[in-house]
Amino acid sequence: MNPMLTVDDLRVSFPTRTGLIEAVRGVSFTLGRERLGIVGESGSGKSQTGRAIMGLTPPHARISASKLNFDGIDLLAAPAKVRRSLRGSRIAMILQDPKYSLNPVMSIGRQIVETLRTHENVSKRVARDRAIAMLEAVQIRDAGRVFDLHPHEVSGGMGQRAMIAMMLIAGPELLIADEPTSALDVTVQLDVLRILDKLVSERGMGLIFISHDLRLVSSFCDRVIVMYAGRIVEEIAASELSNAKHPYTQGLLNCMPTLGTDRHPLPVLDRNPEWAA
Amino acid sequence: MTATIAAENLTVAYDDFLALDNVSIDVAPGESFGLVGESGSGKSTLLRAIAGLAPVIGGKILLDGKTLGAQYRDKAFYRRVQMVFQDPYGSLHPRQTVDRLLQEPLAIHGVEDAEHRILRALDEVGLGSSFRFRYSHQLSGGQRQRIAIARALIIEPQIMLLDEPTSALDASVQAEVLNLLEQVRRDRRLTYIMVSHDLGVVTHMCERLVVMKSGKVVERLSSGDLVAGRISESYTKNLMIASKGFVRKAAFA
Repeated sequence: MNPMLTVDDLRVSFPTRTGLIEAVRGVSFTLGRERLGIVGESGSGKSQTGRAIMGLTPPHARISASKLNFDGIDLLAAPAKVRRSLRGSRIAMILQDPKYSLNPVMSIGRQIVETLRTHENVSKRVARDRAIAMLEAVQIRDAGRVFDLHPHEVSGGMGQRAMIAMMLIAGPELLIADEPTSALDVTVQLDVLRILDKLVSERGMGLIFISHDLRLVSSFCDRVIVMYAGRIVEEIAASELSNAKHPYTQGLLNCMPTLGTDRHPLPVLDRNPEWAA
Repeated sequence: MTATIAAENLTVAYDDFLALDNVSIDVAPGESFGLVGESGSGKSTLLRAIAGLAPVIGGKILLDGKTLGAQYRDKAFYRRVQMVFQDPYGSLHPRQTVDRLLQEPLAIHGVEDAEHRILRALDEVGLGSSFRFRYSHQLSGGQRQRIAIARALIIEPQIMLLDEPTSALDASVQAEVLNLLEQVRRDRRLTYIMVSHDLGVVTHMCERLVVMKSGKVVERLSSGDLVAGRISESYTKNLMIASKGFVRKAAFA
């Protein structure tokens, strides 16, 4: 079976006054209908990788790849119009903080309807019904009321669920979730993940889950890519994580304080310049 | 023994909303005390009330057995009690250099020997003097939080109020900042009151903790109790489960 997404030697760099900043330096992976985690610290290039696939790289950045292929479409060569038709309908992205990524002056329902009507030719009536059904699917009680609320009137967890509803309503095949739960409380985090997990498996989507929390990613994904300084340092099945070989992966695993382990001081990452080479 | 900081039946209201409802805690000298709960549980409000930043309408706050005013705090109080905020991106002045940021508390409290103290404070948080004339936008999140800690430590307080000091940071940077906080606490025998929603972080840092929900204390525990699972409230159990990470339903269905 052909993979849904093929990324080969992806590079993203930003020209700045002080020289070229290489954010992503030769990342390669393939994705089928599975859950792939991308883990790394801030600045490791994980978000830029996701954005490059989505086509949200800022215009002044330089982007190149020997292959960036989604379902037979060469994303880098595709005209803007084709990419626009992919974005939202076949590839969707969930962003980190619902406080900033939802439109503050538009009701939640209207934003979801807008997404749907951009990609599908449906009547307002049908769009409204489908939006409410989608809000129910992300387990928002009283979806009809939430439909008319503005983002500032709902909690972070509910805002993030509304965003998931918005991203899934057009039925994408590939979902990129960029730190979808980092801005949320621990308890709400799990609710959101459970909903995401259920919808992704029900609909048979491919998922790229970007996070800095290696434990969370490994409990959620099938396969994990660990990035450091724009490169992939290790790719490992989530179940094999305890056997991770790269010291960076091991460091990320060990640095979290967990219940029942008494380690003072906590082990910190000893960043070896060789890893970035 | 008198508690360093105690709250007795503290009630805080924003208009009609009770953010804190009859909350009592006591923190012994040199102790590290944790406040845990989800957002909106009142844990940050309790910290802000101690610092004099919340509208207290009932109960009292005691520092070394002496009652503090509901809102007003004198300079001597802030000399002893300093706070570190959650978001290192929002709590540093964007147009002031690190040097200027660290001068401010010294100027307010009329502390001599600024030069020496700034260098020492930077050194203590592991940044070194090369960071002295940078602006906060030239620093990473972890470095900013170190500056915020340095700013709190520079006037040598005895009590630190820590409001989610690491929740805006990456896991790997979090470990560094937590180690730093433990190190300075040990070196200076500080008392910490630390707010976090992460049970792992709180049990790592604190000896005792209270679990809060809807402005009330639902459970008082020692870290040992928590680790051993000696928990009576179902709310705390839920927090425990949440802190263990995601478990796919099918795995135990």
